[in-house]
Amino acid sequence: MTPAVLYALTGLGLFVLGLYALIVHAHLLRKILAFNVMGSGVFLVLAGLAGRTASGIPDPVPHAMVITGIVVAVAATALALSLMLRVAGATGRARLPDEHER
Amino acid sequence: MTLDAWVPLLVLCSSLVPGLLIFGLDESRVRLRTTLNLAGALTKLALVGVMLWGVAHGHTYEVRIAFLPGLDLALRAGPLALLFLVLSSLLWLVTTIYAIGYLEGSPHRSRFFGFFSLCVTATVGVAMAADMLTFLLFYEMLTLATYPLVVHRGTEVARRAGQVYLAYTIGGGALMLLGIVWLYTLTGTLEFTPRGFVSELDPSHHPALILIFIFLITGLGVKAALIPLHAWLPMAMVAPAPVSALLHAVAVVKAGAFGIVRVVYEVFGVEFSALLGVTLPLAILAAATIIYGSLRAIFQDDLKRRLAFSTVSQVSYIVLGVAIASPIATVGGLVHLVHQGLMKITLFFCAGNLAETLGIHKVSEMNGVGRRMPWTMVAFTVAAFGMIGAPPVAGFITKWYLGLGALDAGQHWVLVVLAASSLLNAAYFLPILHAAWFREPPATWPEEREFGRRETARALLWPPLITALAAVLAGLFAAMPFSPLEWARFIAEQEFTRP
Amino acid sequence: MDTAVWLQSGLTAPILLPLTGALLAFVMRRRATPIGLLSVVALLGAVILQVPSLFADGPQRLAIGGWGAPLGVDLYADGLSVAMLLMTAVVGLGISLYAAAYFRDTPARGQAFWPLWLLLLTALNALFLSADIFNLYVTLEILGLSAVALTAIAGGADALVGAMRYLLVSLLGSLAYLLGVALLYHAYGTVDIALLAERIAAEPATWAAMGLMSAGLMLKTALFPLHFWLPPAHASAAAPVSAALSALVVKGSFYLLVRLWIELFGEIAGGVATLLGLLGAAAVLWGSIQALIQTRLKLLIAYSTVAQIGYLFLAFPLAVGTGATAWSGALYLALSHALAKTAMFLVAGNLLRFGGHDRIADLDRVVQRLPLSMAAFALAGVSIMGLPPSGGFIGKWLLLEAALTEGRWGWAIVIILGGVLAATYVFKVVGYAFTQSENPHQAQPVPATMEWVAFALAVAAVLMGLIVSQPLIVLEIGNPFGIQAEVAVQ
Repeated sequence: MTPAVLYALTGLGLFVLGLYALIVHAHLLRKILAFNVMGSGVFLVLAGLAGRTASGIPDPVPHAMVITGIVVAVAATALALSLMLRVAGATGRARLPDEHER
Repeated sequence: MTLDAWVPLLVLCSSLVPGLLIFGLDESRVRLRTTLNLAGALTKLALVGVMLWGVAHGHTYEVRIAFLPGLDLALRAGPLALLFLVLSSLLWLVTTIYAIGYLEGSPHRSRFFGFFSLCVTATVGVAMAADMLTFLLFYEMLTLATYPLVVHRGTEVARRAGQVYLAYTIGGGALMLLGIVWLYTLTGTLEFTPRGFVSELDPSHHPALILIFIFLITGLGVKAALIPLHAWLPMAMVAPAPVSALLHAVAVVKAGAFGIVRVVYEVFGVEFSALLGVTLPLAILAAATIIYGSLRAIFQDDLKRRLAFSTVSQVSYIVLGVAIASPIATVGGLVHLVHQGLMKITLFFCAGNLAETLGIHKVSEMNGVGRRMPWTMVAFTVAAFGMIGAPPVAGFITKWYLGLGALDAGQHWVLVVLAASSLLNAAYFLPILHAAWFREPPATWPEEREFGRRETARALLWPPLITALAAVLAGLFAAMPFSPLEWARFIAEQEFTRP
Repeated sequence: MDTAVWLQSGLTAPILLPLTGALLAFVMRRRATPIGLLSVVALLGAVILQVPSLFADGPQRLAIGGWGAPLGVDLYADGLSVAMLLMTAVVGLGISLYAAAYFRDTPARGQAFWPLWLLLLTALNALFLSADIFNLYVTLEILGLSAVALTAIAGGADALVGAMRYLLVSLLGSLAYLLGVALLYHAYGTVDIALLAERIAAEPATWAAMGLMSAGLMLKTALFPLHFWLPPAHASAAAPVSAALSALVVKGSFYLLVRLWIELFGEIAGGVATLLGLLGAAAVLWGSIQALIQTRLKLLIAYSTVAQIGYLFLAFPLAVGTGATAWSGALYLALSHALAKTAMFLVAGNLLRFGGHDRIADLDRVVQRLPLSMAAFALAGVSIMGLPPSGGFIGKWLLLEAALTEGRWGWAIVIILGGVLAATYVFKVVGYAFTQSENPHQAQPVPATMEWVAFALAVAAVLMGLIVSQPLIVLEIGNPFGIQAEVAVQ
């Protein structure tokens, strides 16, 4: 097993772990954290699976993508956190009410 | 575009444009609204007259607009279209006059007359549609335009009636759509053609064609109130009387019956339909509807409901004439399209007059009403005799030709149906006439309104008199050129392969 | 001036105009409304200017900054893209005019609305023009985030909770999509759609990517059973925002799925197309029935969106064998749904403003009191039901034709049944608009702009059923539905 595959598998593991946490945890902060874990997993896959050119230099494109992805993730997290605070302010709880589920 | 191509469009616009303008009018602009209404109705009548002359002299009025790939929207005024056009434009004028009188002083008249005009626009569109797709377009537009008229009064009962009306018509329309698309995928065309366009298909498609026929007839049968699809019609009686007149005599029911005529003659072709074996079941269904409608009518005390069931019964004469599949019966069926319209609209106008003037809604309240409102009841009596089939009123002509046609086609059972239905018609009309003319009037009427020396308002009295007179003339002068009967013969000649 | 530069400005304008507007509206808060209106008008003009060159030169591709694929970010516009751009610009203008009147009494919300709304338009336009799946991810995220923020503008617990749920769903969808992008890049070394189409092969990495990307996009498009987030979010937002979400935002992810499907996955998908179609059919029935039992107008309209999205997915199985007919049907449906659904949500906004509630049974004679709004609702309803003449009818006709040509009765029955159910829920509303309510309420005035905009959009939805050939021709420029997919196989 090459290190690249190991990274990729770890990335997938993080993605699944994050997904699990997203589903089972009710608290919004935990859900937001779960997203960040999932995001990191995807980034790890992207970086880990990056091809190598003939001279052994890594392909820069996935790295550019990861950086873009991180920027997006930060923005999304910021929005999520501020929205969470507003939800907590309006409903008194930092979790989603269940009755609208489905 | 040639001048002839503009005429069908102008016929559409002569009610569409006034309709749209009226929507924008303030409630209080009575005079302008009346002017628009009458100007539209008269223009349409004049244009239709021009086309009638033109078609009799070999002109064709046709206009096409590119639509879907391979399909156009097309209007064409042929002889069959004109039969329905003349009827609807003539009756629209009369009904408009009546409605102006009937609704005087009541609220939301701009909305009412707006939809009223849209309704007629859709009806003339149905008449002139040159293919199944265009037909469907106007047929559905008719559904939508009549809904606000049915629920016009805004009561809970009206809302329910509207829902029932839609449940039937939208369901029927959906089946029609399915049938039409299926037909299109088989034939690649939807253009109405004398003697049909499907007979060339490979016999392996015949089961599919039978199903398509069933889909189309079911969709049309809803509006034509064939049993068991008729239940919406008596419920829709909550609408104001001019709307009932329109639904029963001019627009909705007729659009359904007319559609059946189109499908049998110009989609399938009547001889090919007979070959498929679909005409006999249709004839039996029509006969059953005739008997059932009459039976139910006998037991209705509410006058408008009695008339409604009478419509259920009478419209099926048209379908029966089509389904007997003989040239003579065809004449009977087609001519009844006009005759039933004239007679039934008269009856509804009279019922409206009784309700508006004396507050009479029930048959049991009609004792002696002939003395209080003689002219109205004269019109009513003429139309009722016509329905029963007594000469010289137009209804007699219909039954005569239906009977001859049935003999010609060797379908003797139809005569039994005709006789039975005439008896039943007598059974539900004669007691009304007897009560109205020969019983003593009550001391007070349920809700009487005074109109000075006249028995009722002028705008309410003239329309039924005119239509009743027309029904008599159509019977008396049936052999004259341009009479409904002659025109129906003209059409029938084209729909049968001449031997 | 060099023609290349002209071309460049032409294709980038739909992205740059609203983006500039968004930044300006954010900086100059007090002038946000005029800036917003001006940007949207300019956007519509820029998109309309694209149409003649599309007819003359066919589809256009632009390598931004001279960096072509595989390294650079390409923009690509064919008939499908331009049709979506036009839809966005027209609906966008309607929503903007409406919003200008809607937020007049609450300037603070208006100031928050304009930058986000312009950003949303930027993201949508970029999505319709992007030719590279990573760039598409970025546009999806901008679209999602701005849509969530817009939902939250309404304030109040319902809107905030709806927005939060929407955000979680949107992020989850994007991440699934991004993981798919990572897999495709690893397998084929490019993110450019055209290059991918040449290289793609039926192998596990592709299937995994297809599953992840499709699932992510289905979630964002709210395909049954992943629709649970849509009704609360769409129903609780402010009226112009609800309209934008239902009419435009879900179409963004749907468009992307269609593109990916036609160019990349369609040939290797096998039974997945049927699965998508089955989910679509379930959505049509479930969404319609849910709409029917709602007692609040905005929820009814939102569930109607769920049902109408289902229709769009019927094209996936139907396109196998009939190709262009099914796709044009679905996209025609998408375009007319955008107009009709916007009109409906705007009418709902009018009724809320008018009566202070949106309980259907208590509409209380609005047909007399707000005739223009009710006319708009009914006309939009005609298109939603798919009765002629309306854009919805054309879409349904094409889908039905595709189904019946191949003798696929199951799909045809779903199409018909969905129309009947739609008629039932539309006329439930219209019927109650005629009757008098037992709970009369104090009526508030509704600005005329708000009524006329809804009416104009509804009329446009109906007109799309009369003027048909031109939009269909535009849709097929560059043959987005046909030849590419076949080339990809060879």
